[in-house]
Amino acid sequence: MAIDLRRFHATFFEESLEGVAAMEAELLDIERVLQRSGGVQEADAERLNRIFRAAHSIKGGAGTFGFTDVAHFAHALESLLDDIRSGRRALDLEVVGLLMRAVDCLRAIVLAARGGEAPPAEAEALRVALERAQTAGRPASSAPEPVASTGSGWEIEFHPHERFFHTGNDPLRLLRTLAELGQLVVRADVSRLPAWDSFDPELCYLGWSLTLQKPVARSALDEVFAWVVGDCELQLRPIAAAAAPSDPGPKTEERGATSIRVATAKVDALVDIVGELVITQTMLSQLVEDFTPDRLARLRAGVAQLERHTRDLQDAVLGIRMLPIGFVFSRFPRLARDVSAMLGKQVELVISGERTELDKAIIERITDPLTHLVRNSIDHGIETPEERRRAGKPAYGSIRLDAYHKAGNVVIEVSDDGRGLDRERILAKARALGLVAPEAELEPAQIDELIFMPGFSTAESVNDLSGRGVGLDVVRSNIRALGGGVEVSSVPGQGTRFIIRLPLTLAIVDGMSLQVGNEIYILPLAWIAETLRVQPERVSQPAGGPEIISVRGEYLPLLRLDRLFNLPGRARELDQGIVVIIEADGRRAGLFVDELLGQQQVVLKSLEPHCARLEGISAATILGDGTVALILDAGSLVRQAYSAASLAAPAALGAAQAAAVSTTVH
Amino acid sequence: MPTIMTVDDTASMRQMISFTLGSAGYEVIEAADGAEALKLAQDRKVDLVIADVNMPNMDGITLVKSLRAMEQYKFTPILMLTTESQAGKRDQGRSAGATGWIVKPFNPEQLVDVVRKVLG
Amino acid sequence: MHDTVSVTGTPRSGDSEQYLTFRLDGLDYGIPIMQVQEIRGWTKVTPLPNSPRYIKGVLNLRGTIVPIIDLRLRFNLEEVPYDALTVIVVVNVGGRLAGLVVDAVSDVIALAPEDRRTPPEFEGQANRQFVQGLAQVDDKLLVLIDVDKLVNHETLAEAAEAAA
Repeated sequence: MAIDLRRFHATFFEESLEGVAAMEAELLDIERVLQRSGGVQEADAERLNRIFRAAHSIKGGAGTFGFTDVAHFAHALESLLDDIRSGRRALDLEVVGLLMRAVDCLRAIVLAARGGEAPPAEAEALRVALERAQTAGRPASSAPEPVASTGSGWEIEFHPHERFFHTGNDPLRLLRTLAELGQLVVRADVSRLPAWDSFDPELCYLGWSLTLQKPVARSALDEVFAWVVGDCELQLRPIAAAAAPSDPGPKTEERGATSIRVATAKVDALVDIVGELVITQTMLSQLVEDFTPDRLARLRAGVAQLERHTRDLQDAVLGIRMLPIGFVFSRFPRLARDVSAMLGKQVELVISGERTELDKAIIERITDPLTHLVRNSIDHGIETPEERRRAGKPAYGSIRLDAYHKAGNVVIEVSDDGRGLDRERILAKARALGLVAPEAELEPAQIDELIFMPGFSTAESVNDLSGRGVGLDVVRSNIRALGGGVEVSSVPGQGTRFIIRLPLTLAIVDGMSLQVGNEIYILPLAWIAETLRVQPERVSQPAGGPEIISVRGEYLPLLRLDRLFNLPGRARELDQGIVVIIEADGRRAGLFVDELLGQQQVVLKSLEPHCARLEGISAATILGDGTVALILDAGSLVRQAYSAASLAAPAALGAAQAAAVSTTVH
Repeated sequence: MPTIMTVDDTASMRQMISFTLGSAGYEVIEAADGAEALKLAQDRKVDLVIADVNMPNMDGITLVKSLRAMEQYKFTPILMLTTESQAGKRDQGRSAGATGWIVKPFNPEQLVDVVRKVLG
Repeated sequence: MHDTVSVTGTPRSGDSEQYLTFRLDGLDYGIPIMQVQEIRGWTKVTPLPNSPRYIKGVLNLRGTIVPIIDLRLRFNLEEVPYDALTVIVVVNVGGRLAGLVVDAVSDVIALAPEDRRTPPEFEGQANRQFVQGLAQVDDKLLVLIDVDKLVNHETLAEAAEAAA
């Protein structure tokens, strides 16, 4: 019977990576304690045991599933940990550092195994280092079994001790196993049987003399008796023998697919809802079978119930993909430690809201932007310890990561108590880059916004960190691509705060259907500020450039979607259509469309693998009639509206921008 | 049909053992540590226990001792899962009353083999 | 909706490959049958704004959104109105789907290496890049298309940028 172990690989990899994360977290704590106590404090024994067990489990699993590189490395790590937890080796900062590097490497090896790739080059060197750090005199891993030879069989004397049964062993089993090896002649020895009245059924009084008429290897016999060697008298005498065993090891390869761990409660809830759904559907089928007009009310009620169940199901299913943001936050203590060490800063990371849940897809894509923001904070925000002391601040700078739900969104804050944004430098750089006119006056908030412009970095030197060619503009566009936005606020000398807003889920969106020419477009409600009928006199076209609309004293650029998308079909007059005011990244613009068709929930479908990126379009969906409708990307549209507008009279734009930014944003 | 209890704090190992022995026709129940295992063993009759050594809450050796102290588990086969380098643990296990051990890593066929031999 | 086409052509040596042949502006073309997922009649398509002319738009294919390419426009041939015979050939290239609008679909034939001919110099660089080779079957000359290049993401992206 061949059993394919690959089905368990995904779980093994997940577990192992969790184990690695757990080890890392414990080691970080140990390191911090050691640092604060000057390398003196004893580490908590239970903690050391936990770390040891994690390595041990990974080693065991890796061996079972055939991932020898992982098993090898984990073995060295486990041995050293064993030495430490049993007190044979002292725990100092140096060893902790080695262990942390080893845990990093283990993670890399596990990931390599998962991807079917070779382990990283430094793994072997690190493994040797781990071995050297162990106390001398460790037993080497087992030597191969020697093979016995000559002869034609064995004489076996087997006399179990009295309490033989008490370990759950059964002589009969051993005899049967021996009989499988070859022809077996059995002679029982009943000489130790007591009289009936002193007979204890729980004790073993029998013994056997056996002749195995087959030349098997000594090792085969040892194996049969391996468990009971200490509980019996055993003598093995070869009569004559020959042999040869062999044992290949299985090796399986895997390409892991991504997976999620789901709480069984969530799955149970799903099962319940589906059950309800089936009932309702059955009821409706029956109703429709012999339908008469007087049953219309019941039909309506049934459909309403169906609607409720479907909504519940939708929520429950999406809920399955929701994971606590702690998964993302958990990597930051380590990151903060490494980065601050590299830059000579002292940073304390404070995390809250780890249980706030997010869609898995968003979690995967928010990690990079968050990482960039945290690095930024440490690099540019937090001052050096001397600077901080001079400013009367504690030497340890603090960075706060927080996450919470608000108004249908998830909000993530990254804030620090550092020096704040240097507005003079930012303004100067913006002027130098030509992003801002030399004489333009900007509010502090507007200056802060400038850091999100492309090409912007006031770092003096591009060090390995933030200056990796990934600017805050990419961070913002990545967050926008998720349907969210990011803003910054800062107080000079006190600190900077980044606020990220994200939708609860990527997959389903509440949208407004818009008619433009012959086509229907969907605009996510989250971007819509308001809608209004146009009064043509409010629309002007300064210097024959792009149109600008005035809304309660604000001047906003107006985009005509039919022109923007080059749609054929009749263009409506301004007073016949609707203007939808959208807001993205702190700016507003107007979209001119023919008609509002109504709100609906749509399932997002990606266009990406099939088509190139399109400006103004973020995704697509399939409408009830089976046709495809495109979903508008408000961020991109706003950008297009303002870049078109900036070609026109600067005065009008200046007024429009100032007006737009001064309105409060969230 | 005999009932086997697998005790291991690693889900992938439990799953693998469950699946392997389940396919071989046995009924398998799972416990994540010694304490859970003890409780399960009290609630129902288990014919064979396969337990890892290193577990939180109650490790394998303690589990063996506790099981052996129970009337209904005095003679039940209990196998420990150990690694080659854990000779000491094997001896401890045996002193505590374990029937035998299975060395990790093992492949599914080896596991079924051992279980067949032990359960008859 | 058309059903699948029948197989013709005499069986050749083991190296023969099967090709789906179709007509476009009086000429015959062929693509490997392995890359053809299905064949449909023409249905309304949702246009993609500011895309090249030959990308007609996207279609819903049982839940997947598939871009539709008009081959006549792609090959810079004259555009014709769609009628009842107009066909969309849905191809699957490494998991990427695309629909090709052609005049009509012909047969599935088997081509052996000895049927292949070297292509002469075409005028019009644009088309050359998609031609994988030529073949002669009976008295028909077949232009073999490299579907991968045709629906390649980068080509579409470049074209999109050029059009924008």
